This record gives sequence, C-alpha cells and structure tokens, in this order.
Amino acid sequence: MNAVSSFLAQSGGFWILTMIKIALLLFIVLTVNAYLTWFERKVVALMQSRVGPHRVGPHGLLQPAADGLKFLFKEDVMPGGVDKFVYLLAPFLALTLALASLAVIPFGPNPLPFKFFGHQIDLWITNPDIGLLVLFSITALGVYGVALAGWASNSKYPLLGGLRSSAQMVSYELSMTMSVVGVLLMANSFSLTDIISEQDSSRWGLLGWNIFTLHGGFPQIVGFLCFFISAIAETNRVPFDLPEAESELVAGFHTEYSSFKFAMFFIAEYTSMITVSSLCAILFFGGWNSPFPATPFWQFAHYIPSLILIPFGLWIIYDGVKYETIFGKLILPGIGTAITALGAVLIIFPAVNEYIQGPFWLLSKIFFFLFFYVWARGTLPRLRYDQLMNIGWKLLLPVSIANVIITAGFVLFRGAP
Amino acid sequence: MNPALIVFFVLAALSVIGALSLILQKHPIHSALSLIVVMVSLAGLYLSMGAEFVAAVQIIVYGGAIMVLFVFVIMLLNAGEEEHTDFSKLAKFGGLPLALALTGLLAAAMIHHAGSVPNPANPDALASTSSISMMLFSTFVYPFELTSFLILIAIMGALVLAQREKT
Repeated sequence: MNAVSSFLAQSGGFWILTMIKIALLLFIVLTVNAYLTWFERKVVALMQSRVGPHRVGPHGLLQPAADGLKFLFKEDVMPGGVDKFVYLLAPFLALTLALASLAVIPFGPNPLPFKFFGHQIDLWITNPDIGLLVLFSITALGVYGVALAGWASNSKYPLLGGLRSSAQMVSYELSMTMSVVGVLLMANSFSLTDIISEQDSSRWGLLGWNIFTLHGGFPQIVGFLCFFISAIAETNRVPFDLPEAESELVAGFHTEYSSFKFAMFFIAEYTSMITVSSLCAILFFGGWNSPFPATPFWQFAHYIPSLILIPFGLWIIYDGVKYETIFGKLILPGIGTAITALGAVLIIFPAVNEYIQGPFWLLSKIFFFLFFYVWARGTLPRLRYDQLMNIGWKLLLPVSIANVIITAGFVLFRGAP
Repeated sequence: MNPALIVFFVLAALSVIGALSLILQKHPIHSALSLIVVMVSLAGLYLSMGAEFVAAVQIIVYGGAIMVLFVFVIMLLNAGEEEHTDFSKLAKFGGLPLALALTGLLAAAMIHHAGSVPNPANPDALASTSSISMMLFSTFVYPFELTSFLILIAIMGALVLAQREKT
C-alpha cells in the first residue's frame, strides 16, 4: 500500500489546490462546451449559406445561455415503465466519465511562476504514468452511459439506438487503441507529457511531430487518420452518428430523456469532442510544441499569439460599438480592450510571452480539431450501418495493425526518435 | 487508523457488496451492473497496491470489453426479471455448512500464514508496465504464447458456430 499511503499523506494545500484546479477546469470546459454549440451552429450555417443564431445578443452570442436556461426550466418528464435507477444512472455515468477524462490532459509545459502553499502549480490536474491507459479505460466505460440509457427508456427506438451505439463503440475502440500503439512505441511511455516531450520541435519544427517525425521512428500519418476516424465514431459524431439517426430512430438513445438529463448527454458528447481533439493534438501533433524550430531565424514566431490577439481585440471593439444596447456601450468594447491589452502585454513582457507559447499552441491545435469536427458535420453524409461496420473491422483495424508492425520494425532498426 | 487501510476497506466492502448484489438482484441488467462495480473496485484495489497497469487493464478488459458484451447480450435478448425458484434441499442442508466450512478454512489459512506471505522488496517496480512486459516476453513467453493460441482457437470456434447455418 505504498502508493496510496504516499498519495494520501499529501498536505492540505495539495488537496485545496487540486480542488480549485478541478473547479476551474470544469467551469472553463462547460463554458467552452456551451460556446462550442454556438460555434458549430454558426460554422454549419455559413457552410450552408445561412445566418445561424443571431437573435439573442450580438451574433447570437447569448444563445448558449438561453439554451441552458431553457434546458433547466423545461419539464422533466419521466416516461412510464422505465427502470428508474438505471434511467437516472445513465446520464450521470455519461457526463461523469466524459468530464473525468479531462483530468489527465496536460495543458502546458511549465508550472505557474508562483507557488500555492509551497505547491507548484502545474497546468494539469494529474499526470499519471499511465495517462493514456486511464483515458482508454474511461472510454471503455463510456459505452455504458449510451447503452444503459437506451435500455432503461422502455421504448423501441432508444433501445435500437443504444444497441447500435454500443456495437459501434466496441468496434471502433479496437482500432482507436491499436492506432496509438505506434506513438507509444516511439515515446516508450504511457505518460502524455513524455509523449509530448518526445516530439521535440526545437530543431525540425513541425517535422519533429509524431505525424511527420523525420528524425527517427516512422511517420504516424496513417496512425493519425485511423485514430481520428475511430475517435469520431467513438464520440458518435457525424458521419458516424448512427445511434441518433433522426430519420430512422427519432433521436436514438436519448429520445426519452428531457430537460437537463438530455443536456447532460449533450454536454458529455461535446466534452468528449474536446478530449479527442486534445488527444489528437497531444499524440500526433506535438502537443504544446511550436510548429517552428527554436532557431534565431524563427524567433518572430513567438509573436504570433500577439499578432492574432491584437487584431481580434480591435475587431471586437469595432464591431461592438455598432450595437446600441449595453453590448455596444460596455461589454463588447470591454472584451475587445481586454484582448488587445493581453496581446500588448505579451509583446512588452517577453517572459509572459515565453510562458504562454506552450498553452497557446496546444489550444490552437485543439481548436483546429474542434473545427474539423464541425467541418465534417457540415460536409459528410451519414454512413449506412453495414458500411460503418465494414470500415471499422475491415479497413481501420487491419491498417492500424499494419501500422503497428511497420512502426515496430522502424523503431527496432532505426531507433526511437 | 491508517488512511491507506481505510481506502482498502472501502474498496473491499464495495466489491463484496457488489458481488452480493450480483447474486441477489432479480434483473439481469442490475446483476451485470453489480458485476461492473466489482470489477472497478477490484481495479481500485490494484491501484492502491501500486499496480497501475494491471488496474487500467482490469477496467479496459473486464469493466469495458467483457461487461459491455454481457450488457449487450442482455439488451439484445431483452431478458426480463428472473423467476425465483424454491431453494433446493441440497443447497439448504449441504451448501450452507460447506460454505461456512470453506470460509473458516480460508480464514484459518490466512491467519496461520499471515507472517510468512512473501513480501516483494519493491512492489512498485515489479508492477510497472515495462517490468510486466519484460516478464511476459522473456520469463513467461511460452505460457503467454500458449494463451494466445487458446484465444485464437476460441475465436475460430466462435466463427465456426456463427457460420454453421450458411453451409
């Protein structure tokens, strides 16, 4: 019992700090979730030449808040004849597991420059040696939320949706797990921070990332494609959203869930989108490593955060003053000024700028993959069920196993990067 | 009391309660859920002993894959509540004393040999991922390969059974 007693023997400051970090991360992630729905609706609307949400607040920015309130105040209907315990357990299980997987994701390389009661403040909640395995075990349990919801609803469509999705998630879990083995072979560790630091970009820039990895090992581009496709299927998103195919199954496993219980499934889905995007960035795209080499020639790349933040802030001010309400007078110009000031601070204080680089690149990559999710939703039609199973078992699984064998050969003869 | 001991007792109690509920629940899905509780609390026990890899694999393989299959089959067959039969005479008169005797025997063995249980010098190092894989692929490579042959045979058997109607 050495491990657990040394863990429990931590001082009170550690527990308080961890609690604060968890609360902060939950707050940020839930807010990001809410605005992800706004972002998704806006982007899909633009792709389809529509306007998207634009009534509630400027550019529809308060739409997520309105939706959230609506979820809270809707009547919570429990259909007759349901298995009450399992019916209530399913949304809790889905949401808890989705949020728990965020605990092992590291968001930045360096701890904050000040200490909390003598504890260094890392930009992650926990960083276990088996980080990736923890994520996979949470994904493995995540099937229950969907399957049990479908079963407990005492209705035909949810049952079919639940069956479909559990079959789909179990099938795609295999190729998802196999496709990251190449990365594990090169990093020689399950720890996410080790995997990131192995993809050193100081000399080669983005060519050092696992997806290109020119300095040893084998490029994981096939592994990445397998992983990302399987992960989209695992999160039940378009084009693999068969569990909730509207034309066939009403809304799939959450048909019988109303009010905030439905919202819990919704939040769980968006949270797992964030987790998958962070995993793509961390495993294959260098995590917090910059895409530019750390040579003096590329020094200007450090100013990219400012170059994005300052014009963005100025644009918000310019756009905001057009509104005659409190948004135009106070809120939007205020936010714009804050963002511009942040960009200016980064230029004035190089130390702050240096610190912000890692989180900036990681968050940009996560944002890119979230956009990719929405992009796929806006463009791809849904697959047929037999096509889905064929892709999973006959294409992705053999290809990812071949990728493991080839990578193992390269690591054996060429050495790990 | 030692906090590590409290963690142990909580997890142990959870797994025993889960196991009891597995037997006593009437509905197959509830029994399957209880079994998941047992699996996860066992993983917690492994974790508390420093065996991180074994704990994660326990959840992935047993908690995830195998139990999902159980739940899937129960859902697919749409199994209803079980009917209770009367206790058989054999279970009543033979089973209970035998169960008590087994418990007593196990308890006596544990108390008698408590001091002589070999204590690995460094359990953390033994349970790490790399040392487990080193053992699997060097010392125990033949049993390991034999096990994979066994699984392969099982897969082939399942395929034959599934395809029987076609031929």
